[in-house]
Amino acid sequence: MIKRAHRVGSELTVVGQPQRKIEGLAKSTGRAIYTDDLTLPGMLHGKILRSPHPHARIVSIDTTAAEALEGVHAVVTGRDMPITYGIIPWTPDEFPLCVDRVRYIGDGVAAVAAVDEDTAIRALAEIRVEYEELPPFLDPFDSLAADGSTPWIHQPKKEGRNGNITKHVHLEFGDVDGLMDGSDVVVEGEYHFEGTTHTPIEPHCAIGLFESGGGPGGKLTVWSATQVPHYLHRELARVLEIDPARVRVVQPLVGGAFGGKSEPFDLEFCVAKLSMKAGRPVKILYTREEVFYAHRGRHPFHMRYRTGCRADGRLRSVDARIVLDGGAYASFGLVTTYYSGQLLCAPYAMPAYRFDSTRVYTNKPACGPKRGHGSVQPRFAFEVQMDKLAERVGLDPIDMRRLNFIGEHTRTVNDLRVTSNGFLECLDAVERSSDWREKFRKMPFGQGIGVAGSTYISGTNYPIYPNDMPQSAVQMQIDRSGRVAVFSGASEIGQGCDSLVAYIACEELGVPLDHVRVLRGDTDFTPVDLGAYSSRVTFMLGNAAIDAARKLRKMVCEAVAADWEVKPSEVLLAGGRALWAPDTARQMTVREAFNLAEARFGTLGATGWYDTPKDVHGEYRGGTIGASPAYSFTAHVAEVEVDVETGFVDVKKIWIAHDCGRALNPVLVEGQMEGSAYMGFAEAIMEEHVFKDAEHGRGGLHNAPSLLDYRIPTSLDTPELESLIVESIDPEGPYGAKEAGEGPLHPSIPAIANAIYDAVGVRLDRLPFSPPAVWRALEAAASSGGARKPAAPGTVEVTAPRP
Amino acid sequence: MAHRAVTTSMPMPRATDVVRLRVNGDLYEVGVPAHYTLLEALRYELLLTGSKQGCDKGDCGACTVIIDGRATLSCLTPVHEAEERDVVTVEGLASADGPHPLQDEFDLKGAAQCGFCTPGILCSAAALLARTPDPSRDEIREALAGNLCRCTGYTKIFEAVEGAAARLRVE
Repeated sequence: MIKRAHRVGSELTVVGQPQRKIEGLAKSTGRAIYTDDLTLPGMLHGKILRSPHPHARIVSIDTTAAEALEGVHAVVTGRDMPITYGIIPWTPDEFPLCVDRVRYIGDGVAAVAAVDEDTAIRALAEIRVEYEELPPFLDPFDSLAADGSTPWIHQPKKEGRNGNITKHVHLEFGDVDGLMDGSDVVVEGEYHFEGTTHTPIEPHCAIGLFESGGGPGGKLTVWSATQVPHYLHRELARVLEIDPARVRVVQPLVGGAFGGKSEPFDLEFCVAKLSMKAGRPVKILYTREEVFYAHRGRHPFHMRYRTGCRADGRLRSVDARIVLDGGAYASFGLVTTYYSGQLLCAPYAMPAYRFDSTRVYTNKPACGPKRGHGSVQPRFAFEVQMDKLAERVGLDPIDMRRLNFIGEHTRTVNDLRVTSNGFLECLDAVERSSDWREKFRKMPFGQGIGVAGSTYISGTNYPIYPNDMPQSAVQMQIDRSGRVAVFSGASEIGQGCDSLVAYIACEELGVPLDHVRVLRGDTDFTPVDLGAYSSRVTFMLGNAAIDAARKLRKMVCEAVAADWEVKPSEVLLAGGRALWAPDTARQMTVREAFNLAEARFGTLGATGWYDTPKDVHGEYRGGTIGASPAYSFTAHVAEVEVDVETGFVDVKKIWIAHDCGRALNPVLVEGQMEGSAYMGFAEAIMEEHVFKDAEHGRGGLHNAPSLLDYRIPTSLDTPELESLIVESIDPEGPYGAKEAGEGPLHPSIPAIANAIYDAVGVRLDRLPFSPPAVWRALEAAASSGGARKPAAPGTVEVTAPRP
Repeated sequence: MAHRAVTTSMPMPRATDVVRLRVNGDLYEVGVPAHYTLLEALRYELLLTGSKQGCDKGDCGACTVIIDGRATLSCLTPVHEAEERDVVTVEGLASADGPHPLQDEFDLKGAAQCGFCTPGILCSAAALLARTPDPSRDEIREALAGNLCRCTGYTKIFEAVEGAAARLRVE
């Protein structure tokens, strides 16, 4: 049952309806092919030797014995690929395999390809690596304080700088100090967000095939479980020094990613280089432990916030200082550092805002983008601050959020352009559905309810590498059998983007869903889409597909109109038929219509593309980061029960209201909302990507690199989730759609934190809210008078400033 | 897979055995290294790649198959233990008439996002419905507790299992 909190009517016939996914049955019958399901003739198996030290110089590597082992076909080390790579063009700081330095336990130093996996594993044991250990930096504050007396993790770009710092951003908008001083209430808080990781159920996997001969240079094909085939294509060509025209990246279906497969990894370079050496295809499948060390997950954030408001609850000034623990490499860190502040300026109006964020390197696996890149951590802190302020000024926290609503078609304090904005409807929906008014501050001690809101981007206006080409494109062709073929380079990682282009083809060209073929995931024949990241796909790919489909529709309608001797604008394509609008009894099949069009115009194909607006961003350094064609908005209410004896927090239910612009397929939108809320819940209560320090074992060793020890929620742990779709119909989105894949994660964590406070009157400012942490907080409260239910807010009536 | 003599200080870790496997109703004789798990035999020898390897140590449930009616982790089942027993994989759930109602409901209800955990979950769910045709939500939660899904938050999976149970009771 689809529940819409706020429904907008439309003339659409396919879009907006529940539909099957085009690969749905392939997935449920076991026919769907993922990278590890592929076996090529003569394929070898590769393995990567990894550093046992968090920080060390490589003195020497001796691969002689490994190479002599029967069944071993190739061995490569860092010297075979001495060019650095990195997803951000300004910070390439990783070698495919380490050349002279290892920077975390798990850093790759050599790789082998052998006739089978067992032989490859034995060959790794035959490689002799001599290390000179260096003092590791495991704590981000030690990295910050480093004076150069021990080796930096990376050489400073300029003499005299701290080489342990990736990026420092300081941005200030409005009179932060003046408005803070003039605030009636100022709340200060210190928050800690422990790192978490993606754990897609499919481990990373890649196959390389190098075909030499047939001209100079040969041809490289890499199959990979990647979210970003285009960037992988570029980096493979650059690092391996092969003409990009000779590189092909194939992306089979991807078994989950969540940001964890959104940049090149060592295995992709290794399968390519090993295949070049061995002359045979090579596959590498990460073990689950390697997935944990590959990481690129959520950065640990240490955050201090000061938030000031007037006595009536209106926000005046926000001041943040953040230290990001980045791990051993830059990854997306430059962007993460900006996102740690840039994405906080909606859905609430704030007249003054400053953030000072520093990302430091540590000798641990590199952090990167995880669902809600860089903005989940500050959102947790900020929404708890809002709850504290609401209590201080005596406002209901939902009213507090309404009061500060930024509005639609406006600019944020940091000059991001906001278009459609359904945040108020989101608040209304969760308030109503959760029975908020009957529960907040009214449930018995131990039970509580909390609210939080958020915003997120629908892609970024600027691509990762500067260029003026479209961000997304498809090719579409129609044929004599009444079929539509869509060539799409977008990354299907489970979110449904292959189905999206099919729905659009159906909507625009009138064909049934099973007459659409989506040919996908192959840089040899699909136009470039930049990848599945920053929630860009629905907005950008959707607009590209509409562009292509409408070009074809125009020709089909013209051909039919000529045949009927009517106006093209009177021809409709729907339900497998072409119809004459004034009298729909006059009709023909879409197949006949396509044949008329082909007879009139020749063989029919069209390209469609979308590029982002390039003229809407802040005029300051960094002002382009966070600029998006549209923003989604979300509100959650969480209800919890806290066991004061054990500290166990039972999240009973999360109500999720999300403004996705328009739900192109509400089933898939709900799936994104529920999956997001689940993941936020998991980060709030269970997940902790932590490493041992020297006092608790080997410093830098992952504490729990398995799916048993790194606890992710099972079907028994996950709370009840209720999705409430809000449709604000964005003026620039495809049929009005915006993103749904990442925004709905953000409020889960602060909503749960605020619910715990409502339940037991104890603030938890460090994640996760695990039983020991909650129990300790309750014990601390007991020693200072005992935990108790917080007081109810005053009866102040607040009316939101609706535009 | 090729198996050859090797000249190394390390001993050969395995021998090749012939095992008899009854999978999805067919009897196969396959030569496998003695240390193989059922999952490896299914994926590498029988090319039944529907069963997935997510962790290879019994934590995630993506490799779940049905052995003699019980949902079982094939990555923790030595291949010899599956000999002469009745193994059903995700590929064996459908019939010539079409997909199993569970498979169809997973598609209709949006219960498979990335789809990687789906084969294992379907096997756990099919084993549940075979013994409990009308399961409560809590019985479904319990039956799927060994299968991690990272995409859906499980809600749509519960709905799909309930939908399939209702269809199977009518049939």
